[in-house]
Amino acid sequence: MIDLAKKFTLEEFLEILKKYNVDELEGVRIEGDLEIELEGSALDLSSIAPLYTLLSEFGNFLYHANMALSYLQRLSTALGIPTPFAVAPQPQVQPTPPAIEEVKKIPEKLLEVKFEPTKVEFTTAIEEVVLGATKSDGGSREKTVKVGGQKSLAFYTFDSAQPNLPVIAIDVFDRPPMLAKAVRMHYQDVLEDPAEWAKKCVKKFGADLVTIHLISTDPLLENKPASEAAKTVEEVLQAVKVPVIVGGSGNKEKDPEVLEKAAEVSEGERVMLASATLDMDWERIANAAKNYGHVVLSWTQMDINNQKTLNRYLLKRVGMPRDSIIMDPTTAALGYGLDYAYTNMERIRLSGLKGDTDLNFPMSSGTTNAWGAREAWMIDSPIEGDTPWGPRELRGPIWEIITGLTLSLAGVDLFMMMHPIAVAVLKEIFSTLSGNVKESIEDPDAWLAMEG
Amino acid sequence: MKVKSPLEIYNYLPRTNCGECGYETCMSFAAHVIDRSAKITDCKPLVEEAEKDPKAKKNLEKLLELTAPEIVEIVVGTGNSAVKIGGEEVLHRHELTFFNPTAFFYDVWDTMDDKEIDERCSKVVEYKKFYVGEFLTLDGIAVRCTSNDPKRFREVVKKVSGYGKPMILVSLDPKCMKSALDEVADKKPLIYAATPENWKDFLKMALDYKVPVVLRSKDLQTLKSMAKTFKEAGVTELVLDPVTEPIGEGLRSTFERVIQIRRSAISAGDKDLAYPIMVTPIVAWLIDGDDVSKAYWEAVIASTFIVKYADVMIFRSLDQHVVMPTVILRYNIYTDPRTPVQVESGLRMINDPSPEDPVFITTNFALTYYTVESDLTSGNIKGWLLVLDTEGLGVEVSVAGGQFTASKVKELIEQTKISEKVNHKYLVIPGLAARLSGAIEDETGWTVLVGPLDSGRLKGWLEKHWPPKK
Repeated sequence: MIDLAKKFTLEEFLEILKKYNVDELEGVRIEGDLEIELEGSALDLSSIAPLYTLLSEFGNFLYHANMALSYLQRLSTALGIPTPFAVAPQPQVQPTPPAIEEVKKIPEKLLEVKFEPTKVEFTTAIEEVVLGATKSDGGSREKTVKVGGQKSLAFYTFDSAQPNLPVIAIDVFDRPPMLAKAVRMHYQDVLEDPAEWAKKCVKKFGADLVTIHLISTDPLLENKPASEAAKTVEEVLQAVKVPVIVGGSGNKEKDPEVLEKAAEVSEGERVMLASATLDMDWERIANAAKNYGHVVLSWTQMDINNQKTLNRYLLKRVGMPRDSIIMDPTTAALGYGLDYAYTNMERIRLSGLKGDTDLNFPMSSGTTNAWGAREAWMIDSPIEGDTPWGPRELRGPIWEIITGLTLSLAGVDLFMMMHPIAVAVLKEIFSTLSGNVKESIEDPDAWLAMEG
Repeated sequence: MKVKSPLEIYNYLPRTNCGECGYETCMSFAAHVIDRSAKITDCKPLVEEAEKDPKAKKNLEKLLELTAPEIVEIVVGTGNSAVKIGGEEVLHRHELTFFNPTAFFYDVWDTMDDKEIDERCSKVVEYKKFYVGEFLTLDGIAVRCTSNDPKRFREVVKKVSGYGKPMILVSLDPKCMKSALDEVADKKPLIYAATPENWKDFLKMALDYKVPVVLRSKDLQTLKSMAKTFKEAGVTELVLDPVTEPIGEGLRSTFERVIQIRRSAISAGDKDLAYPIMVTPIVAWLIDGDDVSKAYWEAVIASTFIVKYADVMIFRSLDQHVVMPTVILRYNIYTDPRTPVQVESGLRMINDPSPEDPVFITTNFALTYYTVESDLTSGNIKGWLLVLDTEGLGVEVSVAGGQFTASKVKELIEQTKISEKVNHKYLVIPGLAARLSGAIEDETGWTVLVGPLDSGRLKGWLEKHWPPKK
């Protein structure tokens, strides 16, 4: 094999050759067979591949690495330059064996081969972030939720163990929001009472966390003052024992004040403030998280560079601890930009694992966005010529499931969702792919003979 | 492909810059071959020379070998409906793009009534889902032999072939398979499957009938051994089926097997595993539960492997709650991330509008645009549609991100001279852009009407709001 040192020698050798007017070499042709293995040498093609560009400078007659080598051998002899190779390949060119009409024969036995699974090891782990705090940590949660901590792509348990499964937070609003019918029917009885709503999410639908969205603070809606919104946060914290996420209304002017107040009243509970964005006072929001011991959600609009920038601001300017940042790189629904969301998140995750410490944070997804897709809620297609869409009660949940599933494969650790069936199915997928569901079916070949 | 730099291709080209390939220089052509937007055989002089001169032929063969995709590309079916599978280059779509979308086949079986077979086949053939300016369709039909009767299988295969779609023939029994191949081998079906038990017969059939064949084994070493054996015997159109298991540890290990195959082929360069991969979401129908649960789980299995490397699939459910999410996910994942999905900004006339018809505005994000345009067209709504350059972003994101602004709306109104074409000054804006209505009125002097949140509701909305009450 050519090692790096020898490769360097070959380059030098080529440099020397260049001095001998390359043009003179034009027209020299080496005829011969194109055997890959070179007898009498340990040289294989892959090791010479990096030199290929260099070799091709000598003209297109050197179109095989093998030929190039023997050519160089001859030249070195002719020009009296020492050969750069320790072991000299056989100078004789093997004659081409006569072409034999191949008879297609069925072999007796399968050929023996070796298969070694490949293992990918990354250098950097995703930060592990704890949400919620129990009594011993100064809070009142019954348990905490951990996200992140992995050193491989999502569910690649064969590369490295996954310390934490993705978790699901169910959305709660402090006033009845616009909801698709299929979603609303599950919350009809609690729409006016955020505390009851939160309880239902945990007790009935198995939420790992709840997110209370303080949308009534929006100046375009009720414009509820921050202090009043903070009371709702307290009520939710009392109603449930799981960790809580606090969301604003998305209003750039109002959110910093609302989230600051929420951070203050939930001191010790280690909530997540959602969110700090580049176009609002991220510094104030992140400072509130830092000062009261919470986590901040760093939200950018589908742009890996902006995500890096905002994370750096939070780390460097605010001094957020590394274990207190989660990212939301933005979720687009299946069919409505999911490809961008998927690839953006996959790139962020790969960058983090490969050592970009501005990006190795857990990720969160607003998967409820899936319900914006018309396929999820519309009675039927408005498009002439479409195959009828079928019952929408069945389309909606699967839209949320597939949106979430796809992003889980990109590396999302925390899902904010709404439909109870979607929540249940995604949980099943996560435990299955993580290796926590042991049962299998006995005969996976049975479909071959399946009738009906 | 083996080569990474245009220079490595350039040296094999005629270097005459003749332009016959459609590119100005040979170097530019070489660059397009590298990113796979051009094929070596697009170089006519190279191909013509190869026909005359054996040396040039060698040169061409070498080039074809150097530029062959990492994963073998194979074709199932013939003619216009034939489907290409495999041909992939990368593990993550942002590294280049994924090329041939996962092919979707739906099953029928030969102990089914003829009437039912016809119904299912028609459903596959007729399926259409409008998306981003085109109708998405399904690829083919998998015929399973459940009768174990070569005659019946042949009969059903013949019937199904009449629908003109690519086929997968499913039977582990060489007699049944041979009987079907005698009928439809010229349609180039994919035969399923060679196993460690029956491989000799299947190898012989693949050679005799020149059809692509699926190799099936849960053990990757066995799978690799079969692939190498088949290849050395002269069969290169291979598909690998590492056996899909529907639930639990079985599904987890299926995930691992599929990823290991593709990773070995692309990262470790194992040519014996560099073939298209088959996954069979239909196995979801083996689990306990009601039909909706099974269908949902079928969509889950399919989606997992649409994202992760499956090139061809066999499905059971033709219900929209399985088909629609999976055809759209497939489209999304296989969209080329290198080309922005935008349309040209400007003015579009919908259904031959007159001066009193409404003026709408939307973004130039292809998905948004085609959705609005088709809603208007198929709703028989006459109108003028302004398409704003939002850098390819949708309404919600561009309003939030500052690509959809009042001043840009003003510019577009001036540039398209829309006020000379209509006799009113009412602009219908998307419901999701409602917050811009004041600013747009101030900036443009037009009266803004805030439309519905979804353009699918424009028809009903117009009945109430158009013509506007003064």
